[in-house]
Amino acid sequence: MSVYIPNTRTDREKMLARIGVGTLDALYRDIPAEIRLTDALNLGAPLSEAELGREIASLAEKNADAARAVCFLGAGAYDRLIPSAIKHMVSRSEFYTAYTPYQPEISQGTLQAIFEFQTMISSLTGMDAANASMYDGASACAEAVLMAVRHTKRRRVLVAETVHPETREVIRTYARFNGIEIAEIPEEGGLIDSRSLSALLSEDTAGLVVQTPNFFGLIEDLSEIEPLTHERGALLIASVADPLSLAILESPGRQGADIAVGEGQSFGMGLQFGGPYLGFMAVKAPLIRKLPGRIVGQTSDIEGKRAFVLTLQAREQHIRREKATSNICSNQGLNALIATIYLTLLGKNGLREAATHSFEKAHYLKHKLVEAGMRPLFDAPFFDEFAVELTADAREVNGRLMRNGVLGGYPLADVLPEAKYPGRARAMLLCVTEKRTKEEMDRLAVLLSEACVEAASSERRER
Amino acid sequence: MNTNYDKLIFEISSDEKQGYALPPLDVGRSSDVDAIPAHLLRSDAPVLPQVSEPEAVRHFTCLSQKNYGVDGGFYPLGSCTMKYNPKIDEDVAALPAFAGLHPYLPQNAAQGALQLMYELDQMLSEITGMAKFSLQPAAGAHGELTGLMIFKAYHAGRGDEKRKKIIVPDSSHGTNPASAAEAGFEVVQIASAADGTVDLDALAAALDDTTAGLMLTNPNTLGLFETNILRISEMVHGAGGLLYYDGANMNAIMGAARPGDMGFDVIHLNMHKTFATPHGGGGPGAGPIGVARKLVGFLPRPTVRKDPDGYRLDAGDGQSIGRVKGFYGNFGVLVRAYCYIKTMGAEGLREASRVAVLNANYLKESLKGQYKLPYDRVCMHEFVFDGLAGGDPQVRTLDVAKRLIDLGYHPPTTYFPLIVPNALMIEPTETESLATLDDFVGAMTRIADEASGDPAVLSAAPHNTPVRRVDELKAARTPVLKWQAKE
Repeated sequence: MSVYIPNTRTDREKMLARIGVGTLDALYRDIPAEIRLTDALNLGAPLSEAELGREIASLAEKNADAARAVCFLGAGAYDRLIPSAIKHMVSRSEFYTAYTPYQPEISQGTLQAIFEFQTMISSLTGMDAANASMYDGASACAEAVLMAVRHTKRRRVLVAETVHPETREVIRTYARFNGIEIAEIPEEGGLIDSRSLSALLSEDTAGLVVQTPNFFGLIEDLSEIEPLTHERGALLIASVADPLSLAILESPGRQGADIAVGEGQSFGMGLQFGGPYLGFMAVKAPLIRKLPGRIVGQTSDIEGKRAFVLTLQAREQHIRREKATSNICSNQGLNALIATIYLTLLGKNGLREAATHSFEKAHYLKHKLVEAGMRPLFDAPFFDEFAVELTADAREVNGRLMRNGVLGGYPLADVLPEAKYPGRARAMLLCVTEKRTKEEMDRLAVLLSEACVEAASSERRER
Repeated sequence: MNTNYDKLIFEISSDEKQGYALPPLDVGRSSDVDAIPAHLLRSDAPVLPQVSEPEAVRHFTCLSQKNYGVDGGFYPLGSCTMKYNPKIDEDVAALPAFAGLHPYLPQNAAQGALQLMYELDQMLSEITGMAKFSLQPAAGAHGELTGLMIFKAYHAGRGDEKRKKIIVPDSSHGTNPASAAEAGFEVVQIASAADGTVDLDALAAALDDTTAGLMLTNPNTLGLFETNILRISEMVHGAGGLLYYDGANMNAIMGAARPGDMGFDVIHLNMHKTFATPHGGGGPGAGPIGVARKLVGFLPRPTVRKDPDGYRLDAGDGQSIGRVKGFYGNFGVLVRAYCYIKTMGAEGLREASRVAVLNANYLKESLKGQYKLPYDRVCMHEFVFDGLAGGDPQVRTLDVAKRLIDLGYHPPTTYFPLIVPNALMIEPTETESLATLDDFVGAMTRIADEASGDPAVLSAAPHNTPVRRVDELKAARTPVLKWQAKE
């Protein structure tokens, strides 16, 4: 008998008697005999905690070196410092074993935390309102595209090539099944090419998606793009792949974006092999009633006490069914709570400090690598990620780094077009967060130089 | 415990405080920031609090105490499967060797994670009778959307472009029609038969050569098994359509029957329902989708495959619908589901479903005199009452729900499915004891009595909660969606 099932055999006999059937099988009489399973599922015997622990240990062992490695890999998932208090708060079972706060009287904890989250995200992005969260940054961006299409009743969307490749892929999937045409705006020097943008923008453009800092870590100038976009009546969608950058960079709202979406993993979430992370979405006032997903609003109870409740539900699937603004039901509630606690603990000063440290350290490493003879791929200002061209194959180099306990950068070979970047196999996107130390960076610089020399000589030998 | 605590975090903030200290910056400050044009630097301070760590912990602890979770009490929220979340699963997901893995690790360095995903795919396929799963969708509704994209790609791949309609029963979850619309389909809703199941005549009338498919929950949202499922499958496939299985109610039938054997072509499962991962106050969940053999190539990329030399991410052969989410899915949730299946085994999963069905029938039979039971037959893991059988007619389902809060319970799902006007949808799950069920029967009985003897106590409920009934109309009419400092 499973330890998760409290009813005993004696209990079950009593219950069957109350129901008036002789056996448990009788309760399954509605299932046609042809499809009733007769054999046990092939899943093996139940494991005790100790046995599970042994099986898990052997799986975990296969990842252990990678989990311990010093991480210079970013590209949409960031290895940042995480305050200890977060795990203690989100491990409170009143938070994590509750569901969507349908009953406000016994859900004020979740509701107020989301209200605080909405406040923080609205302010960081410079927007009028935010929703209660989305699945992740990439799907949030795709939902923003659908929203722009609904709002403008146009069916063409422009996406900068400097947006994260996976985000672009998710946008394409959502667009394809809705008959939305996607056109990509080429990059120039690692930034969106505003001349191409002007040429591609037209009266049938619903929106423009730009990421900043972009996939290459470079800071895009939204204020330059904004008038072009709005002149054509299109919406400007800003994707923020790392919102820690918002502590020092101008907010999308102040630069004229209509919708800000992004990935909140940087705010206290571990890497977790890609999820669960935290999508967010914030908008200017005219778009509030077009937001997808849950939104929490402030109101009062019958005694006049301040209270929070899910609101503007007339947008949602359980009321509107096929006319809803989105199909989203559950989102990433616990991750929104993590972000809220993270932003509380760091506060506005701490957040600025973490962003500044990341910025300074990333620039320290870049200078160090340039001194060692590596070439930066782009010149534009960046936040805490930058692309360099090594003197050897980037994947090859990463293999050598990993053997030394270091997780190297993201190889750019598959992202850059070969015609424009003949050295793309040697290009790598490096990330330095506030978690890295000078010592680790100095060691990386040495290891990179050595690995390049070794890899180059073994390439020569192979030839 | 202080459930009277009523401060927002911004209201206890003080500029000189800080809740987390960074190590000192160990590199010199550069002049690189000067290279950034001034108009690209932040011009205002964001609205974020400044509090010490103990104040932050007190704040969020007080908030948690205003919440109701499964660990604290019975949560019979229909269609949501609020079962117990095993603690070992939390511990495993938090292991650094899983929680600390970067998604872009070289695949050789992440073999344990890829193996876990591959094995979970295999186990889910075995439980449901499908050929292969994608673990990418982040939630049930996300799985639905993905599955319907596969429907569309399948028909388009055969040059069958006119199939633009998805049929849903009027008892379906709201996400079904919403997902169909988001995948670019037209929605055709069919009325249920008098016995609560699919009306075969209505289905026959709706099916034609524009039908892309039918979405079905089985057991359905009334908790009834669709006894005609094989006939339904024949009809839909005969018309050239595909059959979608909304797995929200899979907790009824593990080890008893498999959607794949019923003829379903695509299915999503909710890890946060059937597979005991926490609901998190509204996510994160995970909504893997499984498909029949002929649809494997359409799954979102990448999936995980097993090669002689290890596990690999497989981008497919170009037929895939593409990505629906960044990276590979909510991996941390998948780890928990993997552990759950391992600790239950075939035998445990079968027992879980059987006891979930037993518990639901026990509650139904114990209460059906006092509450109206519109479909009086054996139910699966949940059932629906249509309000009180007697008492003051002014007493509504809402009042029953709010009174249950006073008596220590999370209310059932109310006013859903839409075909039952005063619906109270009750799903006890297998992780509740007979004693809890009997206490709940006592509470429901007391409420039925109060509806005759003291209806005012019901309409004013709840009485002892951190806040009482809230003004939802005010919230929607004059939306206040964020805190603003008083001027």
